[in-house]
Amino acid sequence: MTDTFRIALAGNPNTGKSTLFNALTGLKQHTGNWAGKTVSLAEGTFKHRSKQYRFIDLPGTYSIFSNSADEEVARNYIVFEKPDLTLVVVDATSLERNLNLALQILEMTKNVVICINLMDEAEKRGITINERLLARRLGVPVIKLSARNRAGIPLLLDTIDRIVSGKIACEPVQIKYDGEIEARIASLEPFVKQVVDDRISSRWIALRLLDGDESLLKELNTRLKTKEETVCNQS
Amino acid sequence: MDGTKSISLFDGKKGDIIRITSMEIEGVMRRRLLDLGFVQGALVEVIRKSPLGDPIAFRVSQTSIALRKEESTRIQGELIRHD
Repeated sequence: MTDTFRIALAGNPNTGKSTLFNALTGLKQHTGNWAGKTVSLAEGTFKHRSKQYRFIDLPGTYSIFSNSADEEVARNYIVFEKPDLTLVVVDATSLERNLNLALQILEMTKNVVICINLMDEAEKRGITINERLLARRLGVPVIKLSARNRAGIPLLLDTIDRIVSGKIACEPVQIKYDGEIEARIASLEPFVKQVVDDRISSRWIALRLLDGDESLLKELNTRLKTKEETVCNQS
Repeated sequence: MDGTKSISLFDGKKGDIIRITSMEIEGVMRRRLLDLGFVQGALVEVIRKSPLGDPIAFRVSQTSIALRKEESTRIQGELIRHD
């Protein structure tokens, strides 16, 4: 078995995403305590239980609806490069803000693990987190971590192993919108499906189109066109 | 203290806490503000006003964020606490 599983790391700025990346890959990618320091994609490999993994450290963002180049990089990777699994790193001391991005990613892709990092800091502040309840509500595994002390990492690796080998199935919660939006999604989705097959969540694309996301539309056009040309050249 | 008085974030005084009820901003800026925590029901504290009253710094979900008058006048809420 020489397959390499690709695992993307996403999260808000300053949640210890790069610290986790380094702890997992053993790399010394520079980490710093300021926002927006991961500007391009860092990659590192790791072997666990005879499986080969490639971790991709995405830029830290508050959202993934491409208001900036950073968000576009993160979005394009998750949607178009389709990693086998996406780890969403959230800050235990500021869950409410962080879960915004987590929910956005759960709408885009299926295989997700929520990593609640900075648990040591949260405990100092007297914050307790019921990760089981959160996992049940979100439909994906939730793991508490303190990446800088390596706490929780064995459990995370075990969970990753079980997801990529199909022993755990992720069933991300689907957010229901109000009647009008749901009706519009339903009318758009069949057309979207015709164009993108099952490669990308058609519900998600329909939602983004309803939101007037021109950046995504442009990206889709470019990528689908390239694909068509490749197909034509081959025939 | 009037718990149900409706004001814009711009009209808040230093120390006021306002619960957001609506936002008349569209497009990318709306998305950005939502991502930063300016969502319906969120509690926003007026931390500081600059000398000329614009921009104003707010605390929302544990972070300080300064908004220009253009945005803060278009976010409405209920005055929850008034010093």
